[in-house]
Amino acid sequence: MKIFKYALLASTLIFASCSDDDNTPDPVNEEEVITTMTITLDSGSDQVELQFQDLDGDGPDAATVTVSGSLTANTVYDGSIVLLNETESPAENVTEEIEEEDDEHQFFYTVGSGLDVSTEYTNFDGDGNPLGTTFILTTGAASSGSLTFTLRHEPNKPNSGLEDAGGSTDIEVSFDLVVE
Amino acid sequence: MNKSNQIFLKSIGIHKISILFFILSIFPTSFVFANKCSNNLSIKVVDFHDGSILSNATVFIEEINISDITNDKGEVSFNKLCPKTYTIKVSHDDCNTVSIKINIRENTDKLIKLEHHLDELDEIIVLSDLNTKSKSVFENKITRETLESYTNSSIGDLLKTIPGVTSINTGHSLAKPQINGLHSSRVLIFNNDVKMEDHEWGIDHAPSIDINSIDKISLIKGAGALKYGGSAIAGVIVAESSKNKLRDSIHGNLFFTGTSNGRGGGIASSITKTTSKGWYTKLQGTIKRYGDYNAPRYVMSNTGLSEKNFSLKTGLNKIDSGFEIYYSLFDNETGILRASHLSTAQDLIRAISSPTPLVVRDFTYNIDAPKQSITHHLAKLKAFKKFDFGKIDLQYDYQLNNRLEYDIRRGNDRYKPSIDLELVTHSVSIDLESKISSKSNLKVGIVGKYQNNFPDPSTGVRRIIPDYKKYDLGVYSIWDFNLNEKWLFEAGLRYDYMNIDAYKYYKTSFWESRNYNELFSHIVLEELANQVLTNPVFDFNNTSAIIGTKISLDNNDSMFVNYSLASRSPNPSELFSEGLHHSSARIELGDLRFKSEVGHNFALTYEKIKENYSLVINSFVNKIDNFIFIEPVDIQQTIRGSFQLWEYKQTNARLFGADINFNHKYGDYFVFTHQSSILKGNDLKSNKPLRDMPPASIKNAISYNNLRLNNLKVSLESQYVFRQNEFPNNNFEVYVPTTETFEEVDLSTPPKAYHIMNLKANFDLFIKNNFPINLSFNINNLLNTSYRNYLNRHRYFTDDLGRSLSMLIRYKF
Repeated sequence: MKIFKYALLASTLIFASCSDDDNTPDPVNEEEVITTMTITLDSGSDQVELQFQDLDGDGPDAATVTVSGSLTANTVYDGSIVLLNETESPAENVTEEIEEEDDEHQFFYTVGSGLDVSTEYTNFDGDGNPLGTTFILTTGAASSGSLTFTLRHEPNKPNSGLEDAGGSTDIEVSFDLVVE
Repeated sequence: MNKSNQIFLKSIGIHKISILFFILSIFPTSFVFANKCSNNLSIKVVDFHDGSILSNATVFIEEINISDITNDKGEVSFNKLCPKTYTIKVSHDDCNTVSIKINIRENTDKLIKLEHHLDELDEIIVLSDLNTKSKSVFENKITRETLESYTNSSIGDLLKTIPGVTSINTGHSLAKPQINGLHSSRVLIFNNDVKMEDHEWGIDHAPSIDINSIDKISLIKGAGALKYGGSAIAGVIVAESSKNKLRDSIHGNLFFTGTSNGRGGGIASSITKTTSKGWYTKLQGTIKRYGDYNAPRYVMSNTGLSEKNFSLKTGLNKIDSGFEIYYSLFDNETGILRASHLSTAQDLIRAISSPTPLVVRDFTYNIDAPKQSITHHLAKLKAFKKFDFGKIDLQYDYQLNNRLEYDIRRGNDRYKPSIDLELVTHSVSIDLESKISSKSNLKVGIVGKYQNNFPDPSTGVRRIIPDYKKYDLGVYSIWDFNLNEKWLFEAGLRYDYMNIDAYKYYKTSFWESRNYNELFSHIVLEELANQVLTNPVFDFNNTSAIIGTKISLDNNDSMFVNYSLASRSPNPSELFSEGLHHSSARIELGDLRFKSEVGHNFALTYEKIKENYSLVINSFVNKIDNFIFIEPVDIQQTIRGSFQLWEYKQTNARLFGADINFNHKYGDYFVFTHQSSILKGNDLKSNKPLRDMPPASIKNAISYNNLRLNNLKVSLESQYVFRQNEFPNNNFEVYVPTTETFEEVDLSTPPKAYHIMNLKANFDLFIKNNFPINLSFNINNLLNTSYRNYLNRHRYFTDDLGRSLSMLIRYKF
C-alpha cells in the first residue's frame, strides 16, 4: 500500500500551498493548570502547612496531600493560600492572577463535622466582597475533622455561602486536621 | 447542424421533473354534469419557476392508452372523456415520468407546472438514468418546499423531517444529524460533490453547511451509496446546489425571516445568470443573527448565534464537456449555554439538581465564552468529458476548516481559544459512468485525499486532537442490471486505504499507566519532564460492498432489499484523545490499539404510491463489529474535585428498527401525514443497551391546502416522543466534601416523554409577472411546553426551546 501513499504524496505536491515541514510540534505547557495548593497557618509561635500537589493534573497519578502537623487548641492562626502551576518552569504563581481578578473568584472554607475551628475572611475584592486567599482560622477545643477549601470561578457575589455561590469549581480539596 | 447538436438542442429544454405542483385550476364550464363520455380535457404544461411554456412534453392517459405531445404553446387537449378519474402521465424527454390523477366531471382545463431540478451538466446530457445515488437503496428526498421553509435553521434540524433521522444536540444551534441511532464519523455529508471535512468526529460539532447554499438534499440510509465512501455505517447525506438551465435568463430569490425566540432573523438571497450557450454563474449569501433563546420559563443565557455565508458558482455546460468552479464560505459563531460550562462532578450534581439553569441572565445579543467560532472554506474544480465508452468526471477540491472553541478562562488567556484546529484537505477524484448495455450500467472511480491537521499550541491548553497528516485512497466499482421491468439488481465493491501519521504528546503518567511504554516504545521520539512525544503511524485497509435489488411489484409498489458492508477506520478522537474535555466536563481517553469498525446492514424498504395515499416502510438491522463507543469507567480525583473518566472501547453492537412515513389525502383539501420510528441498539458483549439511542417517536400532521385561496396551506403538527426506557446505567457516586456526603451523579436517566405541537400557515401574495411573494407564519411549540430531549446534551442543565413565532417572506424572481 506504500505505493499508494507515495502516489498520493506526489499528487499533493502540486498543491504548493501546503508546505511540508518536518519539524515536530512544540509541547504545550498548560497555562491554567493549578498543580499545587499550599496553605500556611501561622499563629506566631506555631506554623502548620497543608499541601495538595498533583503534578500530572488530570492524568492518572494520584495527588499527594500533606499536613505538616496538628493545630493548637484555642489559638488564632493567620492563613494564606498559595496556588502554583508547577508544570511550568519556573512555577507560575496563580494566586497573583486570582488576586488581580478578585471580583471573579472566591474561596470558601467548609469545616467538617467534629472539627472545632472557625474561619474569617481577611481579604476582599474591590466591592468589599470576600476573596479569601488570606483568612484567620481560630481553633476551639481539641478535636479532629476535615477542612475543605473551595475556589469558585465567577461565583455570584455577594453570596451567603457555597449554597448560593454558583460559578464553577477551580479547587475543591479537603485536609484532615487535628486540634490538640 | 450535425446530429449531436440536434440532440443537444432538444435536450437543453429538458429538465428532470422531480416534484409536480398542480396549482391551478378547474374552471367550471358547465353547471350540468355530463354523464356521457363527451368531456374535453385541456392541459397546459409550464415551467414552475418562470412560467415558460414546455412544448414537446408527452401527455399520456393510461386508462385509454392515448398520448399526445404539447404544442408550441405548451398545450394539448383530449376529447370524449368519460366522467371518471384518469391517470395522466407527463414526461418531457429525458425527465422522469410523473403521473397525476385527474377527476373528469366536465370539460376541464388543467395547468400543470413542472418543477425541475435541472440536471447538472454532468447529468443533463445522456446519462440521466444514472442520477440516482444507488439503485437498490431507497433514497429519502427532502422537497424544495421543506428546504425553503427551513431557510433559517440548521441542516441538522432540516434532516429531522425524514423519519428515522434525529439529531444529537449540544443546545439548540449545534445539531448533528443522527441516522437510525448513529452519528458523527458514521455519517458522510456531501456538500456540492465534496465530502465535508469539518472535524465531524466531535459530538458537539455541527456540519459547516449553509442550508441556503443548497437546493436539493437527500439521505441514503446505510452504506449503499458506495460512490460516496465506504465508511458510511449510518448513511450518506447528499446536499447539492441546483442545476442550471441552458437559456438566457437571470433569476433568483430573496428570503427574510424573523423569529420571536432568539429575537433574531436572517436574510438569504441568490442570483443566477445563465446563457443559452451554457455559461452560468450563481451568487448566494446568507446572514443570520440571534440573541439568547429562551425556554418556556427562563432565558437560556449565552445561546446566541451569528452566521455569515457566501457561495459562488460558475461554469460552462456544453454537449460533451463542461466545467464548474465552486467556492463557499461558512462562518459562524455559536454561544454555548453558560450554565453548561462546569468543572467537576460536584458541579454537575449542583446543575442537575437545580430546577433552573445555574446561570440565568437578562436577554442579550452578546455571544461570550463558552462559544464556538467556525470558518469553513470549500473550493471545487470539476470538469467532465463524454467519450464513446461513457462519461469521465474529474474533480479537485480543497477545504480549510478552522475551529475555535472558547472556554471561560483566567487572566491573559481570557480571550484565547482553548481549542484552535486548522484542518486542510485536498482531494482529487476521477469517476467514470458507462452504459455497458441497454440494461446495465457501470460506475467506477478513484479518489485520493491528503489531510493535515494543525492544532495551534498558542492556546496554552494541551492539544485535544494532535498534529497529523492523513492519506486516503479509495477505489470503487458499482454495476447495475435491469433484468426486466420488475427486477433491478445492483452490486458494488469499494476498497479504501488510510494512513495516518501523527505527532502526539502524551502525559508520561498516562503513557505508562496504559502500558504504552512497552507496546509502543518504537514510536517514542522524545521524553520530556512529564510528557512523551510520539509519532504514531497507522495503516488501515477497509473493504465495503453492496448487493441489492429493487423489485417493482406493479406501478404503485416497489421493494428495495439490500445488504451493505461498511468499514470505518477509527477517527483521530477515538485514537488519540487523552485528557479533560472541557465541554463535557469529563476526561476522555482514546486507544491506539483500535481496529476498523465493520458494519453489516440489512435493509428492507417497501414503497407504495397510490392516488390518495403513499406509504414508505423502512426496516433495518445493522450489526457492527468493533463498534467504537465511549463509556465511563472510573472517577479521577484532581485538585478541582472529581471527574468522570470515559474511555473509548470497542465492542460488537446491533441496531435494528423501522421507520414509517404515510400520507393520506382526504377530499380536495385535507392531507394527513404520519411518521414514526422505533429503534433498539444493544452492546452484544455486555448485553446492555447503547447510549444515546433515539427513543420511539410519532409525528402526525393534518394540513388544509386550498390552491384557489392563494395557495393557502395551514397545517397542525403533533410530535410525541416517548421516554427512552432502554439505556445503560452510567450513574456514579462521588464524595462531596463540603457536605460530607456521597451523592449520585445521574447522567443516565432519560427525561420524560413529551408532546409538542407546531402550527404552520403559508400563502402566496400574487404580484406582477406571475412571481408570487410567499408568506409563512409558524408557531413552534405552540403550547409552550417545557420538555427535555434525551438527545440534547444540555438536557441536564436546561429545558428545551419554548414557544417561537416566526415569519418567513419568500420572493422569487
